[in-house]
Amino acid sequence: MSLLSVSNLTKHYRRGGTTIAAVDGVSFTIEPGETLALAGPSGSGKSTIARLVLRLIEPDAGNIQFKGDDFLALNGAALRARRARLQMVFQDPLAAFNPRATVARVLDDPLRIHAIASRVERPARIAALLERVGLTADLAPRSIHEISGGQRQRVAIARAIATNPSLIVLDEAVSALDVSVRGQILELLLDLQARERIAYLFISHDLGVVRAIAHRVVLLDAGRIAESGDARAVIDVPQSAIGKALVAAAPTLNRTHLQDAS
Amino acid sequence: MSPLNRFLHRPETLAGAIILGVLFAMALFASLLFPGDPQAIAGPALLPPFHDWSLPLGTDRLGRDVLAELFHGARTSLAVGLAAAAAALLIGAVVGTLAGFAGGVVDEVLMRITDAFQTVPSFLLALAFVSVVGPSLGVVVAAIALGAWTGPARVARAEVLSIRERDYVAGARVIGMHPLEIAFREVLPNALPPVLALSSVIVAAAILTEAALSFLGLGDPNRVTWGGMIAEGRTVLRTAPFLSIVPGIALVLTVLGVYLAGEGVVETAAVRRSLS
Ligand SMILES: Nc1ncnc2c1ncn2[C@@H]1O[C@H](COP(=O)(O)OP(=O)(O)O)[C@@H](O)[C@H]1O
Ligand SMILES: [Mg+2]
Repeated sequence: MSLLSVSNLTKHYRRGGTTIAAVDGVSFTIEPGETLALAGPSGSGKSTIARLVLRLIEPDAGNIQFKGDDFLALNGAALRARRARLQMVFQDPLAAFNPRATVARVLDDPLRIHAIASRVERPARIAALLERVGLTADLAPRSIHEISGGQRQRVAIARAIATNPSLIVLDEAVSALDVSVRGQILELLLDLQARERIAYLFISHDLGVVRAIAHRVVLLDAGRIAESGDARAVIDVPQSAIGKALVAAAPTLNRTHLQDAS
Repeated sequence: MSPLNRFLHRPETLAGAIILGVLFAMALFASLLFPGDPQAIAGPALLPPFHDWSLPLGTDRLGRDVLAELFHGARTSLAVGLAAAAAALLIGAVVGTLAGFAGGVVDEVLMRITDAFQTVPSFLLALAFVSVVGPSLGVVVAAIALGAWTGPARVARAEVLSIRERDYVAGARVIGMHPLEIAFREVLPNALPPVLALSSVIVAAAILTEAALSFLGLGDPNRVTWGGMIAEGRTVLRTAPFLSIVPGIALVLTVLGVYLAGEGVVETAAVRRSLS
């Protein structure tokens, strides 16, 4: 049984007089511990799929099964409890946190909400989380504003893994980072996956990054699936027009280097 | 420059701060300097100011010490003004946040209620409320707040509408935070600055409304108020105009002080935000 199974997902937006299909009949599955990449040009519906899968917006049609349950049927407290298993990392780590928050508070919230640790245990848990993502515990009292972009994205990952999720959705999670920092964050993600069998829905417009981290890839074009399959097979020999265009445009698609790294 | 320095640098803000400082001192030391009932008879009736130095501002129609009344009146004005403004800002912020964050029917209903309150002139509302419930300090505070919360509610709602689309609100939902916690702990504090910017105007208006209610005899009868003093003095306006003029000047200065100091605070905060 798949961890996540999305079928025929559809979302329309009305803009002006016309309706556009941001997501149009998209189906895919993710197995436990697997990385599925969603790639496609800007506006192809990647973020909309992420928000649908996370129940931040509701689809017009389609089904989402998560861990064997009808995820779209959950509501209220049951949905909030389920969210512990399904987490997200955003593209801009500065916008993803309350501007008044400290690192400690950002990590305290999920531990408190899902009753993972008591009040007295939480500082130690927060320190452990920080260390798991390659940061030091002395960062905890700092404001989110005071730390670097790379550190912030590590904190975002620490928050996402705080509740022991089975699946993390990463929407352009490394796109805003410097190349060197990007490599470190990708390594951290691979390391976490190897140790805890977390599955990723990895969204990116950059096929070089996708090829380095994903097992399978789904290429989107204007809300529809253009092509899908094994990440290396698809990226090395793209069949669709959009696949060829994305390969040609990928800034970091340096094959020899990536083959060495992965 | 430190925020306090920057705050006191502008002459008009400094003037406002001094006026407010004097006012707070008056309110604070009223019962120390003028112990006992300020409404007790202290000397001959209608003693003019600056004649008897034990009664520097003279006495009113019943022989009460005007200076003592002025000090105790400062207390009422400040207490009512601040309490009513705080209540109005609190109600407004809560209603605005709920409306903006919940959206849909909740928003619709809350904003219709806000509209309804806004179409009734706030002074009439206060007048009606006190007439029906009866004058006491708490009722006067509630009556004034009732007419003053709609402005903060609208500002809070507008701010919340923009904040709720931010990623960090989505992030709070993703970690399973309860919607009420998101609204009041994540969104409301970030929506507050423009709401608090209204506070000087609201405090000033609340002080004036309190004075007007007291002037009409709808203040708390057990307390000295400036509005009540002005009304008292009105009956002898020709022979002893100072009885109305003295509390009138106090009222004008107070409102001016609140406004000037409030604007200074808002501007200092704005500078600090743009610097950070
Ligand atoms: N809230 C919205 N209202 C209207 N249109 C939207 C909204 N969100 C997304 N869209 C539209 O849906 C399409 C897909 O957007 P998105 O999922 O953000 O694409 P991507 O993340 O792949 O760049 C775009 O055409 C976008 O303009
Ligand atoms: Mg996007």
